[in-house]
Amino acid sequence: MAKVKSLADLKKMKEQLQSSISLREKSEHPEGMVQVKVAMATCGIASGAKDVMEFFTGNLEKRNVEAIVTQTGCMGYCYAEPTVEVKLPGQDPVVYGFVDVKKADEIIEKYIKQGELVDGIIPVNYETIDNK
Amino acid sequence: MSKYKMHLLVCGGTGCHASASNQLLENLKKEVADKDLSGEVQVISTGCFGFCEKGPIVKIIPDNTFYTEVKPEDAPDIVAEHVIKGRQVKRLLYKDPVRKEVISDSRDMGFYKKQLRIALRNCGFINPENIDEYIAADGYEALGNVLADMTPEEATKVVMDSGLRGRGGGGFPTGLKWDIARKVEADQKYVVCNADEGDPGAFMDRSILEGDPHSVIEAMAINGYCIGADKGLVYIRAEYPLAIDRLKTALGQAREYGLLGEDILGTGFNFDIEIRYGAGAFVCGEETALIHSMEGHRGEPTFKPPFPAQSGYLGKPTNVNNVETFANIPVIYNKGAEWYASIGTEKSKGTKVFALAGKINNVGLIEVPMGTTLREVIFEIGGGIKNGKKFKAVQTGGPSGGCLTEKHLDTPIDFDNLLASGSMMGSGGMIVMDEDDCMVSVARFYLDFTVEESCGKCTPCRVGNKRLYELLDLISKGNGTHAELDKLRNLSEVIKDTSLCGLGQTSPNPVLSTMDNFWDEYLSHVDDQRCPAGQCKELIRYEVVEENCVGCTACARNCPVNCISGERKEVHFIEQSLCIKCGACFEKCKFNAISVS
Repeated sequence: MAKVKSLADLKKMKEQLQSSISLREKSEHPEGMVQVKVAMATCGIASGAKDVMEFFTGNLEKRNVEAIVTQTGCMGYCYAEPTVEVKLPGQDPVVYGFVDVKKADEIIEKYIKQGELVDGIIPVNYETIDNK
Repeated sequence: MSKYKMHLLVCGGTGCHASASNQLLENLKKEVADKDLSGEVQVISTGCFGFCEKGPIVKIIPDNTFYTEVKPEDAPDIVAEHVIKGRQVKRLLYKDPVRKEVISDSRDMGFYKKQLRIALRNCGFINPENIDEYIAADGYEALGNVLADMTPEEATKVVMDSGLRGRGGGGFPTGLKWDIARKVEADQKYVVCNADEGDPGAFMDRSILEGDPHSVIEAMAINGYCIGADKGLVYIRAEYPLAIDRLKTALGQAREYGLLGEDILGTGFNFDIEIRYGAGAFVCGEETALIHSMEGHRGEPTFKPPFPAQSGYLGKPTNVNNVETFANIPVIYNKGAEWYASIGTEKSKGTKVFALAGKINNVGLIEVPMGTTLREVIFEIGGGIKNGKKFKAVQTGGPSGGCLTEKHLDTPIDFDNLLASGSMMGSGGMIVMDEDDCMVSVARFYLDFTVEESCGKCTPCRVGNKRLYELLDLISKGNGTHAELDKLRNLSEVIKDTSLCGLGQTSPNPVLSTMDNFWDEYLSHVDDQRCPAGQCKELIRYEVVEENCVGCTACARNCPVNCISGERKEVHFIEQSLCIKCGACFEKCKFNAISVS
């Protein structure tokens, strides 16, 4: 990757990155892609987030779901680890708590494939700096 | 995609579960099925909404209607009125306690505005191992703007104007600290990030480094520009392997992009960061001890002045800030000092991350604006006390802090209020205790920690804390007298006044604050040889309540030392001389036939 040489460079890069992330959602695949984020901080990993992550990466492809699985940090719901955020195209992200392999399977089959919510949603209870 | 038009979300958190939310869930499902709506309306249970005081909660999607204190009997009304006719069930809507208005849309509820994520803004949102995601989320823009448009003096002033205070414990104004380091003339200066998080129960620094390492790197570079340092060091405990890995990855990526190294963004500014490992000593969170440890010496504090800003790492001016403090910095530049200063209380600006632990339902990390009350944090965001027990105290500030009780619940949390209440902010650990916790044992636990972690350099801390521990041990065994209680208080005062560093100056706080707030409990241990919470093993007795014992033999079978005797269907007996007070019999008895006294 080339070096970022100036502030203008950085800003251009940010725009590209932002649009490439939204491109990834919209134009490249008209039906959109599912984004799965697994909270992989120490608390998550200690409660089995690695297995869940592997399950998602392995099974989504097998089941013909186009999805991006990424890891992220601690969402703060340590009591409900492992936690997984799923964003279906065009919808608000949904966070699921206490996700084990069985639950992950249910999330893929029910929520990702059919859009049915699954038990165990963790409601969002904070504001982000963007709205403040 | 979804064939459902409507979702009914029923809270399945511990608090709501206790008030029959599972029955409510069943009733709603049945009601929906009876009305032949199963194909259109889905009823599901969710995790805790964090609004347990008003539980059980039902939220309806897509219109975001928020029903509180819903009883199983309310299910027919919700389905008949809301689902079928589209009319809200007014009596179940939430009433704002202050404005007395009925609020139907959960997004308008003050409750959901209690948490505001600044330091944790990217934790759980971006992939910490991908610098592109950080850049897409405004990353390194603050650094770019500072380098392009501001002099070091102007850039420092932004932090001063924001009112940010150090998040590691003391609450020293960050901008002022930077300004002092900036004004000292030297050929070499250093920026140090203190990631030696040592308070039992605090884990926000680890989470930030694991979830958003670039924000710390960016802030350190800005700090370097402000004070005129081209070198940064992160002092991190080796017990945080994942945080170290992520930080290393992030450093590598930042270097690859030229955001660390020489001539950053073509401005001629050079800055790079190295990692130094600590062995996890609590005292190394103190900045002078931390610096000595980084230099390869013993981790012992030295007298201040000279402050690190004058003579720090290798004798050069050094600015030390904690991880959470740094994580706030990029946002302050991006959103402006004025914006930051508009959040929080008069003297404590911004937000604070708290790690909730102990007997609380929603253990986790939360971030609230300064000035939020303990009640809001513990009962609303934290979901209240586990198993419906009664709140007794919350320990803030780790081994340097104190216990706050019910009377402090409505005090707005900020640096100064916590100090005035006999505790301190510390790094933001909050350990919640319920009625089963003995305050003498709690004080003894913290002293045990301090004795272990004292570096041994100064006598008051090395010897004094050990004596405090022994006194507490004596009292918890029922062997204390009023003379010991007096000694405990006097010695605490002396240690506070005469210790060299922050560790000793604050270590008696758990003792003093529990004595102030729970004097009765100390008196019971001394006068009656009784532990009201039933925690101190030497002071409790397990006995069989003869009228209740049915002779089921469960206690005898579970006793690890076989000190319970008795035939089947006959009253049992506990041999006190053999009993180790493990409590196994008490837990196993289904007939309330074992008493603790």
